[in-house]
Amino acid sequence: MDQSRIRNFSIIAHIDHGKSTLADRLLERTGTIPERDMREQLLDEMDLERERGITIKANAVRIDYEARNGERYEFNIIDTPGHVDFSYEVSRSLEACEGALLLVDASQGVEAQTLANAHLAIESGLEVIPVVNKIDLQAADPDRVAGELVNILGGTEDDVVHVSAKSGAGIDELFETIVERLPEPEGFPDSPLRALVFDSYYDTYRGVVALVRVVDGALTEGDRIRLMASGQDLDASEVGIRRPAIERTGRLGSGEVGYLITGVKEIDLIRVGDTVTQAGDPATRPLAGYAEPKPMVFSGLFPTDGDDFERLREALDKLRLNDSSLLYQPETSRALGFGFRVGFLGLLHMEIVRERLEREYDLDLVATAPSVEYRANLVEGSQRIVQSPQDLPDPGSVASIEEPYVKAMIITPAEYIGTVMELVQSKRGEMGEMNYLSTERVELHYLMPLAEIVFDFFDMLKSRTRGYASLDYEPAEYRPSDLVRVDILLNAQSVDAFSTIVHKERAYTYGRGMVHKLRELIPRQLFDVPIQAAIGSRIIARETVKAKRKDVTAKCYGGDITRKRKLLERQKEGKKRMKMVGSVEVPQEAFVAALKIAED
Amino acid sequence: MSEYRSDSAALADLAATWKSAYVHVPFCRRRCPYCDFAIVDESNDGSLDHETYVDALVTEVGMESDFGPLDAVNFGGGTPSRLDPKQLRRVIDALTSRFGLKSDVEMSLEVNPEDWTDEFGRGLSEAGFTRVSVGAQSFDSGVLEALGRLHTVEMIDATVQGLRACGIRSVGIDLIFGHPSETGRSWTRTVEQAMEIGVDHISTYSLTVETGTKLSRDIAAGAPAPDDDVQADRYQQFEEISQSHGFVRYEISNHAKPGQVCRYNLATWSHGEYVAFGIAAHDHRWGVRYRNHQRVERYLEAVATGDRPRLGVEYLSEQEQERDRLMLGLRLAAGTPLTPTARRFAASDAGMAMVEAGILEIGAGRMRVVVPMMTDAVIREALSVSAADC
Ligand SMILES: Nc1nc2c(ncn2[C@@H]2O[C@H](COP(=O)(O)OP(=O)(O)OP(=O)(O)O)[C@@H](O)[C@H]2O)c(=O)[nH]1
Ligand code: SF4
Ligand SMILES: [Mg+2]
Repeated sequence: MDQSRIRNFSIIAHIDHGKSTLADRLLERTGTIPERDMREQLLDEMDLERERGITIKANAVRIDYEARNGERYEFNIIDTPGHVDFSYEVSRSLEACEGALLLVDASQGVEAQTLANAHLAIESGLEVIPVVNKIDLQAADPDRVAGELVNILGGTEDDVVHVSAKSGAGIDELFETIVERLPEPEGFPDSPLRALVFDSYYDTYRGVVALVRVVDGALTEGDRIRLMASGQDLDASEVGIRRPAIERTGRLGSGEVGYLITGVKEIDLIRVGDTVTQAGDPATRPLAGYAEPKPMVFSGLFPTDGDDFERLREALDKLRLNDSSLLYQPETSRALGFGFRVGFLGLLHMEIVRERLEREYDLDLVATAPSVEYRANLVEGSQRIVQSPQDLPDPGSVASIEEPYVKAMIITPAEYIGTVMELVQSKRGEMGEMNYLSTERVELHYLMPLAEIVFDFFDMLKSRTRGYASLDYEPAEYRPSDLVRVDILLNAQSVDAFSTIVHKERAYTYGRGMVHKLRELIPRQLFDVPIQAAIGSRIIARETVKAKRKDVTAKCYGGDITRKRKLLERQKEGKKRMKMVGSVEVPQEAFVAALKIAED
Repeated sequence: MSEYRSDSAALADLAATWKSAYVHVPFCRRRCPYCDFAIVDESNDGSLDHETYVDALVTEVGMESDFGPLDAVNFGGGTPSRLDPKQLRRVIDALTSRFGLKSDVEMSLEVNPEDWTDEFGRGLSEAGFTRVSVGAQSFDSGVLEALGRLHTVEMIDATVQGLRACGIRSVGIDLIFGHPSETGRSWTRTVEQAMEIGVDHISTYSLTVETGTKLSRDIAAGAPAPDDDVQADRYQQFEEISQSHGFVRYEISNHAKPGQVCRYNLATWSHGEYVAFGIAAHDHRWGVRYRNHQRVERYLEAVATGDRPRLGVEYLSEQEQERDRLMLGLRLAAGTPLTPTARRFAASDAGMAMVEAGILEIGAGRMRVVVPMMTDAVIREALSVSAADC
């Protein structure tokens, strides 16, 4: 296709502002999907996406649009996730595009990820079309919202397209605006091939399927290709486009987006961010790739049944084929045995990975409370990276500990400014700039310890602003802090998986909260179980789970032995999901109890 | 039999060889709020004629194959005292002609105090009953009311005295403890009164909240629930008082004066064999467990067409029988013999933890639970160890 009739764009927005629903309308209007196969948020293909009603993975699809000028256009669109944990997906998608549709919910207005994603698009040099969505809603205030968009993007309110992704209102206008305003690709069709691998997934039959954006030249089936970063030469055994089912075309010309299959099964041979070129006629310079995603939080994942360790490794390896942001390395815990320390992009990412491992690979896992990555400066001069509290060297050998800070951006209705400031201060945040997006909505900037965000900040922010505030953050710097490790002892034995690094001022509150929560979560056993919190050898809190005194049906169950036996066997099955720590049965939830302290 | 202590191992092992019969009498005047047994609540549904049911029982007995002679016969319920002695007699006659009775057979039934009359008592002794268990539940009229029982404390006294007067050899009562309306003092008084009234056998059941009962609905709606620790205390209280009066516990819930063990009870927990008749009755012979239809209509229909009224059957391998024997025997004060399965359990981590916690004792070729209120905790682990064998 002639590049002048190609438009490549991502749909970006804050979570739930209607990106996937808008993609539905685009697919529907162009007849890409037969009516009988149409369903809501069609591009959310994963079970988990459908259950939770959110997009987790970006999804690219080709549609053909016949414009009012009579010309046929090829649109390559990428529906992106809105949640902050997946902003890495957004930035990758943007690299494959010349434009972006920035959607805002007309009843909500500009929110934290609206702003964050808008900045990403602008920094990548993309043309941004501001779109106000959900104009059908009673509570919609499209004019105010259009005003906020103009405030952040410049231009005039006339540039803002008003649509309802639900009813389809304004969609025809949007199509025309895309043709008129988004630039065509500017690659060189006759230069040597350069194509960016912007995503990949694993298919059991086909192996690694790479999603590529051809910048210069053309990618043709049968070509001997080279991955410029890895230096690997491979055969382009199949080339085509996604609608979103794959459709073999044999060729992708400059400016086009599609897939490439080489038959390899190892994801590391075709890394996301690498540049594809011809082995026989290689380009001289690769395209700008991507920075590796940086995990924000770390947690230990352990199989409940120690025999499943190898299965967990295999499952992680496979999952990584579909989620290149997943990082892990083996870890041993005295309490939980062999497992992995896994790095995640955030708590939602952590929750989803765990759920996928359990469901798709039939594993039963214990997760430990998330931790951020600390740096311990040792007295002897070297620095130690601490991803797991148990790795913190003993206090005597540590000169100082540094913790990661993030730049946080909060958008809130003006009436909650006081509340938000108070909350952030209590979480050791430092106030930065403050901008008014409109008279009613404010953008607040802070520097904050990431650990505070990981714990309970987001929930507290939501509940104190009645759900109206939104939060975005990005890594900033490391700073020395007054941190200590709080250990938990069960039955006088320290349980490494329960250790947590907290700010000194919070240590007592944390210790008491944790001990109390554990007393609620740990069922009564055959003997008393003392639970203690300690800093070093100093005990700071203690409670006891009293021994169980009655566990029997002291009732006549007549001759119905079978039923009674089955009942007891079922109860025993239920107990198998508990983890034996020493001689104490500990339920899985207990290992993430730290996250739940704040709920009470 | 009186040469044995009630909790002796030799007696328990002997009981394993006894043959018993169980007859289920489902009629109750009104369902008690905590009860989930298979019964016919006659305050709701009086359509089933007692005579029709007895006819069916007699027919069902007639369908049975060789078994016996019987060491024990027990009529349970429901409320067996809803039948009149003549009807009970017809069933006994059928059992006798089909299986034969041992000369020292124990012939027992449950009687609710509100059904008692002297005439009924005479009928029982004429029918050959040697043992009666009275559904007393409590000597505290507040607790009786809270339990939704239909009788008074005076009726319990009258029943027990009446049974003595009729010459019934062994008189027992059932008690329920741990209802939230009961206090420590009221329970002590109930137990002391049970001692004074002079019975030979006492069964104590902790009030259990079964799903689907009115009690469980009330609790879901906010009524107080029984408390495990309180029930453990009450059990302890009972043990102390009853022991000082010469009772010996031979099973979690069963306590007898010397020579007054309920044979049928002991045989069941010792993994003895029994035939069973009536709705929802469970039968255990030759490594097979049968259960009868729960619904009266289905039961009557099957019997009328000449079919065994079976709802299900389970065939047990040798190992599965050994497992069941272990599971049941752990409920007995005499414990259970150290079979290979029992030994493996004893040697397992879980088994050793139980011993260490002072709940399980091993010695003299047997394994015993010494904290009866924790028996299910032990059985659960024993079952999971023995699962590997089956
Ligand atoms: N009334 C109304 N509802 C809409 C409109 N567009 C989307 N929605 C609803 O908004 C909710 C979120 O829509 P999605 O399309 O899943 O939003 P998203 O931006 O893709 O969400 P993430 O991918 O999780 O960030 C769904 O319940 C949609 O039905 C609209 O124009 N009008
Ligand atoms: S009398 Fe016994 S069997 Fe009948 S309802 Fe009451 S508790 Fe249940
Ligand atoms: Mg979406």
